[in-house]
Amino acid sequence: MEKVKKEVLVLEDILGSNKKIAGAIRKKLLESGILAVNLLSSPGSGKTTLLEKLSLKLKDRYQLGVIEGDIETERDAERIRSLGLPAWQITTHGACHLEAKMLARIFDWIPADLDFLFIENVGNLVCPASFDLGESLRFVLLSVPEGDDKPKKYPEAFITSQVFVITKCDLLPYLPFDTDRVTAEALEINPKLEVFRTSALTGEGIEAICTFLEKKLQELRAKNA
Amino acid sequence: MHELSIVADLFTIIEEKAQQAKATRVTRVKVLIGELSGVVPELFRSAFHSYKKGTIADKARLEMKITKIKFKCHSCGKEIKAKDISSPDFSYACPFCGSKDVELVSGRDLYLEKLEIETS
Ligand SMILES: Nc1nc2c(ncn2[C@@H]2O[C@H](COP(=O)(O)OP(=O)(O)OP(=O)(O)O)[C@@H](O)[C@H]2O)c(=O)[nH]1
Ligand SMILES: [Mg+2]
Ligand SMILES: [Zn+2]
Repeated sequence: MEKVKKEVLVLEDILGSNKKIAGAIRKKLLESGILAVNLLSSPGSGKTTLLEKLSLKLKDRYQLGVIEGDIETERDAERIRSLGLPAWQITTHGACHLEAKMLARIFDWIPADLDFLFIENVGNLVCPASFDLGESLRFVLLSVPEGDDKPKKYPEAFITSQVFVITKCDLLPYLPFDTDRVTAEALEINPKLEVFRTSALTGEGIEAICTFLEKKLQELRAKNA
Repeated sequence: MHELSIVADLFTIIEEKAQQAKATRVTRVKVLIGELSGVVPELFRSAFHSYKKGTIADKARLEMKITKIKFKCHSCGKEIKAKDISSPDFSYACPFCGSKDVELVSGRDLYLEKLEIETS
Protein backbone atom coordinates (compact mmCIF):
# COMPACT_ATOMS: atom_id res chain seq x y z
CA MET A 1 0.00 0.00 0.00
CA GLU A 2 1.10 3.55 -0.75
CA LYS A 3 2.43 5.44 2.21
CA VAL A 4 1.00 8.90 2.76
CA LYS A 5 3.06 11.54 4.51
CA LYS A 6 1.44 14.41 6.27
CA GLU A 7 2.09 17.06 8.89
CA VAL A 8 0.15 17.27 12.10
CA LEU A 9 0.19 20.55 13.95
CA VAL A 10 0.27 19.85 17.68
CA LEU A 11 1.41 22.93 19.64
CA GLU A 12 1.28 21.22 22.99
CA ASP A 13 3.22 22.15 26.11
CA ILE A 14 5.68 19.31 26.76
CA LEU A 15 5.57 19.98 30.49
CA GLY A 16 1.79 20.20 30.34
CA SER A 17 1.23 16.96 32.24
CA ASN A 18 3.49 18.15 35.07
CA LYS A 19 1.70 21.50 35.13
CA LYS A 20 -1.70 19.80 35.21
CA ILE A 21 -0.76 17.61 38.19
CA ALA A 22 0.88 20.58 39.91
CA GLY A 23 -2.32 22.55 39.39
CA ALA A 24 -4.37 19.81 41.05
CA ILE A 25 -1.95 19.67 43.99
CA ARG A 26 -2.03 23.46 44.35
CA LYS A 27 -5.83 23.46 44.40
CA LYS A 28 -5.96 20.77 47.11
CA LEU A 29 -3.37 22.55 49.25
CA LEU A 30 -5.14 25.88 48.99
CA GLU A 31 -8.49 24.31 49.83
CA SER A 32 -6.94 22.72 52.90
CA GLY A 33 -5.35 26.03 53.86
CA ILE A 34 -1.82 24.63 53.68
CA LEU A 35 1.04 26.90 52.71
CA ALA A 36 3.53 24.85 50.68
CA VAL A 37 7.11 26.02 50.22
CA ASN A 38 9.47 24.52 47.64
CA LEU A 39 13.16 24.97 48.53
CA LEU A 40 15.73 25.06 45.75
CA SER A 41 19.51 25.27 45.94
CA SER A 42 22.76 23.55 45.08
CA PRO A 43 23.76 20.55 47.21
CA GLY A 44 24.87 21.63 50.64
CA SER A 45 23.61 25.23 50.59
CA GLY A 46 21.76 24.56 53.82
CA LYS A 47 18.19 23.61 52.88
CA THR A 48 17.76 20.93 55.54
CA THR A 49 19.52 23.04 58.14
CA LEU A 50 17.24 26.00 57.42
CA LEU A 51 14.22 23.72 57.67
CA GLU A 52 15.45 22.44 61.04
CA LYS A 53 15.83 25.99 62.36
CA LEU A 54 12.47 27.18 61.02
CA SER A 55 10.75 24.07 62.35
CA LEU A 56 12.09 24.56 65.86
CA LYS A 57 10.59 28.06 65.91
CA LEU A 58 7.26 27.12 64.34
CA LYS A 59 6.47 23.65 65.61
CA ASP A 60 4.88 24.60 68.92
CA ARG A 61 2.29 26.83 67.26
CA TYR A 62 1.78 25.15 63.88
CA GLN A 63 1.36 21.73 62.31
CA LEU A 64 4.34 21.13 60.05
CA GLY A 65 5.18 18.52 57.47
CA VAL A 66 8.24 18.06 55.31
CA ILE A 67 8.74 16.31 52.00
CA GLU A 68 12.36 15.49 51.33
CA GLY A 69 13.56 14.99 47.78
CA ASP A 70 16.87 13.24 47.34
CA ILE A 71 18.47 11.08 44.70
CA GLU A 72 19.16 8.39 47.30
CA THR A 73 18.92 7.84 51.09
CA GLU A 74 16.46 8.82 53.83
CA ARG A 75 19.05 10.93 55.64
CA ASP A 76 17.36 14.30 55.35
CA ALA A 77 13.94 12.86 56.29
CA GLU A 78 15.53 11.27 59.36
CA ARG A 79 17.00 14.62 60.41
CA ILE A 80 13.50 16.14 60.32
CA ARG A 81 11.88 13.15 62.08
CA SER A 82 14.40 13.43 64.89
CA LEU A 83 12.76 16.79 65.67
CA GLY A 84 9.49 14.94 66.15
CA LEU A 85 8.01 16.12 62.85
CA PRO A 86 6.47 14.06 60.06
CA ALA A 87 8.72 13.76 57.01
CA TRP A 88 8.14 11.89 53.78
CA GLN A 89 11.15 10.96 51.71
CA ILE A 90 10.96 10.83 47.94
CA THR A 91 14.02 9.17 46.47
CA THR A 92 14.28 9.90 42.77
CA HIS A 93 16.88 7.20 41.99
CA GLY A 94 18.92 9.34 39.67
CA ALA A 95 16.54 12.12 38.69
CA CYS A 96 17.97 15.52 39.53
CA HIS A 97 14.69 17.20 40.49
CA LEU A 98 11.24 16.53 41.93
CA GLU A 99 8.23 16.39 39.63
CA ALA A 100 4.60 16.92 40.48
CA LYS A 101 3.75 13.29 39.77
CA MET A 102 6.26 12.13 42.40
CA LEU A 103 4.41 14.29 44.92
CA ALA A 104 1.05 13.09 43.71
CA ARG A 105 2.07 9.51 44.61
CA ILE A 106 2.55 10.33 48.28
CA PHE A 107 -0.06 13.06 48.50
CA ASP A 108 -2.70 10.92 50.21
CA TRP A 109 -0.42 10.46 53.21
CA ILE A 110 -0.19 14.15 53.87
CA PRO A 111 -2.63 15.19 56.59
CA ALA A 112 -5.07 17.90 55.54
CA ASP A 113 -4.70 19.73 58.86
CA LEU A 114 -1.14 20.90 58.25
CA ASP A 115 -0.34 24.59 58.34
CA PHE A 116 2.99 24.50 56.54
CA LEU A 117 4.28 21.90 54.09
CA PHE A 118 7.94 22.29 53.26
CA ILE A 119 9.29 20.56 50.19
CA GLU A 120 13.06 20.24 50.01
CA ASN A 121 13.96 19.69 46.39
CA VAL A 122 16.93 17.64 45.18
CA GLY A 123 20.15 19.64 45.61
CA ASN A 124 20.52 21.30 42.20
CA LEU A 125 20.23 24.96 41.24
CA VAL A 126 19.23 24.26 37.65
CA CYS A 127 16.75 21.50 36.87
CA PRO A 128 14.21 21.80 39.73
CA ALA A 129 13.38 25.32 38.51
CA SER A 130 11.57 23.89 35.48
CA PHE A 131 9.09 21.82 37.50
CA ASP A 132 6.11 23.33 39.24
CA LEU A 133 5.16 21.22 42.26
CA GLY A 134 2.00 23.10 43.14
CA GLU A 135 3.74 25.12 45.85
CA SER A 136 2.58 28.56 46.99
CA LEU A 137 6.09 29.87 47.50
CA ARG A 138 9.43 28.99 46.04
CA PHE A 139 12.60 29.75 47.99
CA VAL A 140 15.97 29.84 46.29
CA LEU A 141 18.92 29.52 48.65
CA LEU A 142 22.49 30.57 47.96
CA SER A 143 25.18 30.05 50.56
CA VAL A 144 28.06 32.44 51.10
CA PRO A 145 30.77 29.88 50.10
CA GLU A 146 29.16 29.47 46.68
CA GLY A 147 30.02 33.00 45.59
CA ASP A 148 28.05 36.16 44.89
CA ASP A 149 27.98 35.85 41.09
CA LYS A 150 25.32 33.17 40.87
CA PRO A 151 21.95 34.84 40.16
CA LYS A 152 22.71 35.73 36.54
CA LYS A 153 24.48 32.41 35.99
CA TYR A 154 21.43 30.46 37.13
CA PRO A 155 18.65 32.86 36.24
CA GLU A 156 15.73 30.45 36.05
CA ALA A 157 15.87 29.54 39.73
CA PHE A 158 15.82 33.24 40.64
CA ILE A 159 13.15 34.21 38.12
CA THR A 160 10.73 31.53 39.28
CA SER A 161 11.20 32.09 43.04
CA GLN A 162 9.46 34.56 45.33
CA VAL A 163 12.04 34.42 48.11
CA PHE A 164 15.83 34.53 48.02
CA VAL A 165 17.70 33.37 51.12
CA ILE A 166 21.42 34.04 51.50
CA THR A 167 22.54 31.31 53.88
CA LYS A 168 25.66 30.80 56.01
CA CYS A 169 26.09 34.54 56.62
CA ASP A 170 28.24 33.72 59.65
CA LEU A 171 30.97 32.96 57.07
CA LEU A 172 30.94 36.49 55.58
CA PRO A 173 34.03 37.62 57.54
CA TYR A 174 36.08 34.85 55.96
CA LEU A 175 34.99 34.95 52.33
CA PRO A 176 34.84 37.54 49.56
CA PHE A 177 31.06 37.68 49.23
CA ASP A 178 29.19 40.94 48.76
CA THR A 179 25.60 40.57 49.97
CA ASP A 180 24.62 43.95 48.50
CA ARG A 181 25.92 42.96 45.10
CA VAL A 182 24.21 39.58 45.09
CA THR A 183 20.95 41.15 46.27
CA ALA A 184 21.07 43.82 43.57
CA GLU A 185 21.79 41.22 40.90
CA ALA A 186 18.95 38.97 42.04
CA LEU A 187 16.54 41.91 42.12
CA GLU A 188 17.56 42.89 38.60
CA ILE A 189 16.45 39.49 37.37
CA ASN A 190 13.37 39.41 39.56
CA PRO A 191 12.40 42.69 41.21
CA LYS A 192 9.66 41.01 43.26
CA LEU A 193 12.00 38.78 45.28
CA GLU A 194 11.91 39.02 49.07
CA VAL A 195 15.49 38.73 50.30
CA PHE A 196 16.63 37.30 53.64
CA ARG A 197 20.08 36.81 55.13
CA THR A 198 20.40 33.87 57.48
CA SER A 199 22.83 31.93 59.58
CA ALA A 200 21.98 28.64 61.18
CA LEU A 201 24.85 29.18 63.60
CA THR A 202 23.93 32.60 64.95
CA GLY A 203 20.21 32.34 64.24
CA GLU A 204 20.27 35.50 62.11
CA GLY A 205 17.24 35.88 59.87
CA ILE A 206 15.34 32.83 61.13
CA GLU A 207 12.77 34.86 63.05
CA ALA A 208 12.26 37.16 60.05
CA ILE A 209 11.48 34.24 57.76
CA CYS A 210 9.05 32.78 60.30
CA THR A 211 7.22 36.10 60.52
CA PHE A 212 7.08 36.28 56.73
CA LEU A 213 5.72 32.72 56.49
CA GLU A 214 3.07 33.40 59.12
CA LYS A 215 1.96 36.47 57.19
CA LYS A 216 1.76 34.44 53.97
CA LEU A 217 -0.28 31.74 55.72
CA GLN A 218 -2.75 34.35 56.97
CA GLU A 219 -3.07 35.81 53.46
CA LEU A 220 -3.71 32.37 52.00
CA ARG A 221 -6.42 31.63 54.57
CA ALA A 222 -7.99 35.07 54.16
CA LYS A 223 -8.52 34.20 50.49
CA ASN A 224 -10.28 30.98 51.50
CA ALA A 225 -12.55 32.66 54.04
CA MET B 1 20.23 16.46 33.55
CA HIS B 2 16.46 16.41 33.38
CA GLU B 3 16.21 16.21 29.61
CA LEU B 4 15.39 12.51 29.70
CA SER B 5 12.31 12.98 31.86
CA ILE B 6 11.15 15.81 29.60
CA VAL B 7 11.68 13.61 26.57
CA ALA B 8 9.59 10.90 28.26
CA ASP B 9 6.71 13.38 28.60
CA LEU B 10 7.26 14.41 24.97
CA PHE B 11 6.86 10.81 23.84
CA THR B 12 3.61 10.45 25.76
CA ILE B 13 2.25 13.33 23.65
CA ILE B 14 3.79 11.97 20.42
CA GLU B 15 2.24 8.52 20.90
CA GLU B 16 -1.15 10.02 21.72
CA LYS B 17 -1.19 12.36 18.71
CA ALA B 18 0.14 9.67 16.38
CA GLN B 19 -2.62 7.33 17.45
CA GLN B 20 -5.29 9.98 16.98
CA ALA B 21 -4.01 10.68 13.48
CA LYS B 22 -3.83 6.93 12.74
CA ALA B 23 -0.13 7.20 11.97
CA THR B 24 1.87 4.09 11.20
CA ARG B 25 5.07 5.98 11.78
CA VAL B 26 6.31 9.36 12.94
CA THR B 27 9.08 10.63 10.67
CA ARG B 28 9.78 14.11 12.00
CA VAL B 29 9.30 15.83 15.32
CA LYS B 30 9.60 19.57 15.72
CA VAL B 31 9.97 21.11 19.16
CA LEU B 32 10.27 24.69 20.36
CA ILE B 33 12.76 25.14 23.16
CA GLY B 34 12.78 28.37 25.14
CA GLU B 35 16.21 29.88 25.64
CA LEU B 36 15.50 30.01 29.36
CA SER B 37 13.67 26.71 29.66
CA GLY B 38 16.62 25.08 31.36
CA VAL B 39 16.89 22.52 28.58
CA VAL B 40 20.24 21.99 26.93
CA PRO B 41 19.52 21.34 23.23
CA GLU B 42 22.37 18.87 22.78
CA LEU B 43 21.32 16.82 25.80
CA PHE B 44 17.73 16.97 24.61
CA ARG B 45 18.79 15.65 21.22
CA SER B 46 20.72 12.72 22.63
CA ALA B 47 17.92 11.91 25.06
CA PHE B 48 15.44 11.99 22.18
CA HIS B 49 17.45 9.61 20.02
CA SER B 50 18.02 7.13 22.79
CA TYR B 51 14.39 7.23 23.89
CA LYS B 52 12.87 6.84 20.41
CA LYS B 53 14.08 3.24 19.96
CA GLY B 54 11.17 0.86 19.83
CA THR B 55 8.57 3.63 19.66
CA ILE B 56 6.43 4.78 16.76
CA ALA B 57 9.00 7.50 16.20
CA ASP B 58 11.81 4.95 15.87
CA LYS B 59 13.32 6.61 12.79
CA ALA B 60 12.16 10.14 13.40
CA ARG B 61 14.29 13.19 12.81
CA LEU B 62 14.29 15.83 15.51
CA GLU B 63 14.09 19.50 14.70
CA MET B 64 14.64 22.01 17.46
CA LYS B 65 13.84 25.68 17.25
CA ILE B 66 15.16 27.82 20.04
CA THR B 67 12.65 30.48 21.02
CA LYS B 68 14.03 33.78 22.18
CA ILE B 69 13.57 35.51 25.46
CA LYS B 70 10.96 38.23 25.37
CA PHE B 71 9.91 40.62 28.11
CA LYS B 72 6.93 42.89 28.42
CA CYS B 73 7.22 46.25 30.13
CA HIS B 74 4.28 46.94 32.42
CA SER B 75 5.03 50.65 32.50
CA CYS B 76 5.05 51.55 28.81
CA GLY B 77 3.55 48.34 27.47
CA LYS B 78 6.34 47.67 24.97
CA GLU B 79 7.76 44.27 24.15
CA ILE B 80 11.45 43.81 24.89
CA LYS B 81 13.62 41.25 23.17
CA ALA B 82 16.78 40.57 25.08
CA LYS B 83 19.38 38.82 23.00
CA ASP B 84 21.43 37.42 25.77
CA ILE B 85 20.30 37.13 29.32
CA SER B 86 23.72 36.14 30.64
CA SER B 87 25.55 39.05 29.04
CA PRO B 88 27.02 41.06 31.91
CA ASP B 89 25.53 44.37 30.75
CA PHE B 90 21.98 43.15 30.39
CA SER B 91 20.07 45.03 33.05
CA TYR B 92 16.51 43.68 33.02
CA ALA B 93 15.23 47.19 32.71
CA CYS B 94 13.05 48.49 29.91
CA PRO B 95 15.28 50.07 27.25
CA PHE B 96 12.43 52.37 26.23
CA CYS B 97 11.35 53.86 29.54
CA GLY B 98 13.83 52.53 32.08
CA SER B 99 11.22 50.81 34.22
CA LYS B 100 12.19 47.69 36.14
CA ASP B 101 8.63 46.44 36.08
CA VAL B 102 9.33 43.99 33.28
CA GLU B 103 8.03 40.46 33.04
CA LEU B 104 9.36 37.51 31.11
CA VAL B 105 6.61 36.50 28.68
CA SER B 106 8.39 34.02 26.47
CA GLY B 107 11.54 31.98 26.51
CA ARG B 108 10.67 29.51 29.26
CA ASP B 109 8.36 27.33 27.22
CA LEU B 110 8.82 23.86 25.78
CA TYR B 111 6.43 23.00 23.00
CA LEU B 112 5.84 20.13 20.65
CA GLU B 113 5.04 22.16 17.55
CA LYS B 114 4.33 19.54 14.92
CA LEU B 115 4.83 16.00 13.73
CA GLU B 116 5.34 14.56 10.31
CA ILE B 117 3.64 11.20 10.10
CA GLU B 118 3.05 8.38 7.67
CA THR B 119 -0.33 6.79 7.29
CA SER B 120 -1.10 3.91 5.00
N1 LIG C 1 28.64 27.91 58.75
C1 LIG C 1 27.43 27.49 58.44
N2 LIG C 1 27.23 26.22 57.99
C2 LIG C 1 26.00 25.84 57.67
C3 LIG C 1 24.88 26.71 57.78
N3 LIG C 1 23.78 26.05 57.36
C4 LIG C 1 24.18 24.82 57.01
N4 LIG C 1 25.53 24.67 57.21
C5 LIG C 1 26.32 23.47 56.97
O1 LIG C 1 26.32 23.19 55.57
C6 LIG C 1 26.32 21.78 55.36
C7 LIG C 1 25.19 21.38 54.44
O2 LIG C 1 23.95 21.71 55.04
P1 LIG C 1 22.58 20.97 54.64
O3 LIG C 1 21.51 21.67 55.39
O4 LIG C 1 22.71 19.51 54.81
O5 LIG C 1 22.49 21.32 53.10
P2 LIG C 1 21.38 20.85 52.04
O6 LIG C 1 21.14 22.02 51.14
O7 LIG C 1 20.19 20.32 52.74
O8 LIG C 1 22.15 19.71 51.25
P3 LIG C 1 21.53 18.60 50.25
O9 LIG C 1 20.23 18.12 50.83
O10 LIG C 1 22.57 17.55 50.20
O11 LIG C 1 21.35 19.31 48.94
C8 LIG C 1 26.21 21.14 56.73
O12 LIG C 1 27.49 20.74 57.13
C9 LIG C 1 25.71 22.26 57.61
O13 LIG C 1 26.08 22.14 58.93
C10 LIG C 1 25.12 28.04 58.27
O14 LIG C 1 24.21 28.88 58.40
N5 LIG C 1 26.40 28.37 58.57
MG1 LIG D 1 19.24 18.47 52.49
ZN1 LIG E 1 8.90 50.49 29.30
